[in-house]
Amino acid sequence: MTTTGRVFRIHWVPGTDRLHATCHCAAEREFEDPVELWEWLLGHPEGHTP
Amino acid sequence: MSWFPRDQWYVAAYGSEIAHDLFTRTVCGEPILFWRTRDGSVTAMPDRCVHRRFPLSQPSSRLVDDQVVCGYHGFTYDSGGKCVAVPGQTRIPRTARLLPYPVVEQDSFVWVFVGDPANADAAQIPRAPWLVDPAYTTVCGMEPLDARYGLLVDNLLDLSHETYLHGGYIGTPEVASTPIDTAVDEDAGVISVSRHMDDAECPPFYSKSTGLQGRIARWQDIEYMPPCLYTLHSRIGPVGSVPRADGTDPDAFHVEVVYAITPETETTTHDFWAVARDFALGDEEVSAFLAENNRTVVLQDVVALNVLEKVIATEPEGYQELSINIDTGGLAARRMLARLCEKS
Repeated sequence: MTTTGRVFRIHWVPGTDRLHATCHCAAEREFEDPVELWEWLLGHPEGHTP
Repeated sequence: MSWFPRDQWYVAAYGSEIAHDLFTRTVCGEPILFWRTRDGSVTAMPDRCVHRRFPLSQPSSRLVDDQVVCGYHGFTYDSGGKCVAVPGQTRIPRTARLLPYPVVEQDSFVWVFVGDPANADAAQIPRAPWLVDPAYTTVCGMEPLDARYGLLVDNLLDLSHETYLHGGYIGTPEVASTPIDTAVDEDAGVISVSRHMDDAECPPFYSKSTGLQGRIARWQDIEYMPPCLYTLHSRIGPVGSVPRADGTDPDAFHVEVVYAITPETETTTHDFWAVARDFALGDEEVSAFLAENNRTVVLQDVVALNVLEKVIATEPEGYQELSINIDTGGLAARRMLARLCEKS
């Protein structure tokens, strides 16, 4: 993937049902629900502690 | 809030559709008149006479040299939209003018800017260079969709549906069962969804076009540039093959699948599709096969999404959908589109 700038990345953890989210501020968190995941990412910087 | 993103570029047609003849297409609820002028450029202006709204594409409206003559009362406009003649009098009212749309012909498409023309920047038009690259052979088409554009965006951002809706064409079990990676570039306005199947069944779409048999490595890398342009970089090769360190990839076949998702009305969409390949160049048999098969796949989506549009139109308000991991990219696209609509 070729991306630049403020990028959110979501990696589906192999062998699991979990999604690993990384904010452009480097904060990371795992989720089981993509809706909750996007709420957290888009809530930046609230709750984003690298 | 607008139901579609304004101040954006949309594909209105293939350049090949527009000749020195009147052509009309509705984009984002706005009927637009096109023709190719004698010097080869494409005009775009409202398809309504300023006098009594008669469509200028409607016979007996006609093109005379590079002027369109309204078939109702004879108001005549030049290729810049300026009214140059009205019936029965010499004075032409100052407001007798059609405001042209910014229009750019690029990568085989005719792009129009819907919004304030002062905000049009042609450099913002996303690119699909393969469609005119001599190193590729392209087949393409456009299907009318009786469904809102967001349903097509949902469909294309989550390719796991290939396994179920397009089995026997492009769907195999591995598409739905392989995890995806998603990236959203907020500044560039690009949503990327990547699914790399390193040991997968080869669907007929690719086995018959490439000659590969048995198991394959199949990579799908989506880049969606809201609102209109979607590209799927499809890589098909023998199991174990990977691109070389220098960026070349001689062991694999490459297909660039391009969609332009253009709202026609709030509940109908122009579904432009193109398939560009870097193998079997100029082979008409392969072109015919890919064109027919891809159109079949697109029509399978059209049937499904038309049904879905009717379901949505009749359901009670506040229906709660369920989203799972496969929807990560689609949710990102919805959010980006909603933000663009809010700004409109």
